[in-house]
Amino acid sequence: MDKDKRQLNVSAIKDGTVIDHIPVNNVFKVIRILDLENKNNQMLFGDNLESKKYGRKGLIKVQNAYFTEEEINKIALVAPTATIIEIKDFNVTAKRDVQVPDEIYNLVKCINPNCITNIEQIPTRFNVVDKQNMKLQCHYCEKFTDKDNIDFL
Amino acid sequence: MIKNKNLISITDFTKDEYLKILRIAADFEKNPNQKLLNDHVVASLFFEPSTRTRLSFETAANRLGARVIGFSDSGSTSVKKGESLKDTIIMVSSYADIIVMRHPKDGAARWASEVSSVPVINAGDGANQHPTQCMLDLYSIMQTQGTLDNLNIAFVGDLKYGRTVHSLVQAMCNFNATFHLVSPEELKLPSSVKMHIKNSKLTYHQYTDLNEVIPNVDIIYMTRIQRERFSDPMEYEKVKNSYILKRSMLQNVKDNLKILHPLPRVNEISEDVDNMKEAFYFKQAENGVYVRQALLASILGVKE
Ligand SMILES: [Zn+2]
Repeated sequence: MDKDKRQLNVSAIKDGTVIDHIPVNNVFKVIRILDLENKNNQMLFGDNLESKKYGRKGLIKVQNAYFTEEEINKIALVAPTATIIEIKDFNVTAKRDVQVPDEIYNLVKCINPNCITNIEQIPTRFNVVDKQNMKLQCHYCEKFTDKDNIDFL
Repeated sequence: MIKNKNLISITDFTKDEYLKILRIAADFEKNPNQKLLNDHVVASLFFEPSTRTRLSFETAANRLGARVIGFSDSGSTSVKKGESLKDTIIMVSSYADIIVMRHPKDGAARWASEVSSVPVINAGDGANQHPTQCMLDLYSIMQTQGTLDNLNIAFVGDLKYGRTVHSLVQAMCNFNATFHLVSPEELKLPSSVKMHIKNSKLTYHQYTDLNEVIPNVDIIYMTRIQRERFSDPMEYEKVKNSYILKRSMLQNVKDNLKILHPLPRVNEISEDVDNMKEAFYFKQAENGVYVRQALLASILGVKE
């Protein structure tokens, strides 16, 4: 068998969105951030797939769903390398990269145990102070959270 | 425009706004009893006790003729019964024209300002910010030096956890200061604060020996070193006496030198310093009232 045939076969979709080049092991995080668990769209996903660009990758295909730029940018925290491909009638109609947003709203937990957001029911807010290194500053307690310490709500 | 602004973090005000508050504070120092807030209610919400800060704010409000409502310790209020901060603030902001609050949790004041319908002044939120302390420090520096520009300032003691030090360093980065940082190894200024100095293209020097900086500086800002800040109690025992300022150490100083301390002091400035002309810490505390008068009056829009 040649190499291509041994790849996991993920079938094409007619209309919808393909999220490609997700870092390995972050597929479920992307599903959670985009709230795909609670949607009724047909969905296929794969992890540890072979990738020419990155060695290994994850991928999600969602039937009949399109995402706003704002929604997509939320996944920058876990999949900054992702490519978003929109498909209409089996054709690629748009392709874009993820942009790191200026602010992260109600997605990440503050690392500071004494932060008011960890005491009361408050939606968290972070300013992205360093987009290259994903360094976040809590809007409330002003403490910094580094990429390695990012913990999702 | 300072009217209706919140003061949560020192970065909420611009340099010009700070200078304006300092000018108004000087006016209140000359003439403290100005009944500009006769028809106003100031809420003073101390979710944790801080007697000095509360008395300073309440004196400021009283000298302006305002009525003060509130509590000095959340132990006796509905907060203890489990009411959320949000609910308390919404309720109080429907009674009062401005809220002064102290809270043990970091970020509590910012959150309160977002749910309040009236301006909020942060009187300390956990280990985070205490901007009115910073403003009274600036006022005291201005008063003793005649300027805020181009000064040599020594910060002494616990530079790692001292939030008043962090705020004042950040504020003085606007005024071309040179920073002399004197602390034990374990309590050095955090790199995030040093970053502000570097980003402002200013200089800092680090020392472990207090005697080294005394002859060369315009301001000595003393802070307390607490035993519980040390991971190794032996370390504390070794350094605890090295950061005590004594009269004998102040024989060869600049003419304009003044010693500041956010108070309360324990033993880090020995009492034989108190009656020297360099000692300014009690006057500094008094200045807090004028600065807080200036803030209340400006934010409530009764004084320009
Ligand atoms: Zn926080």
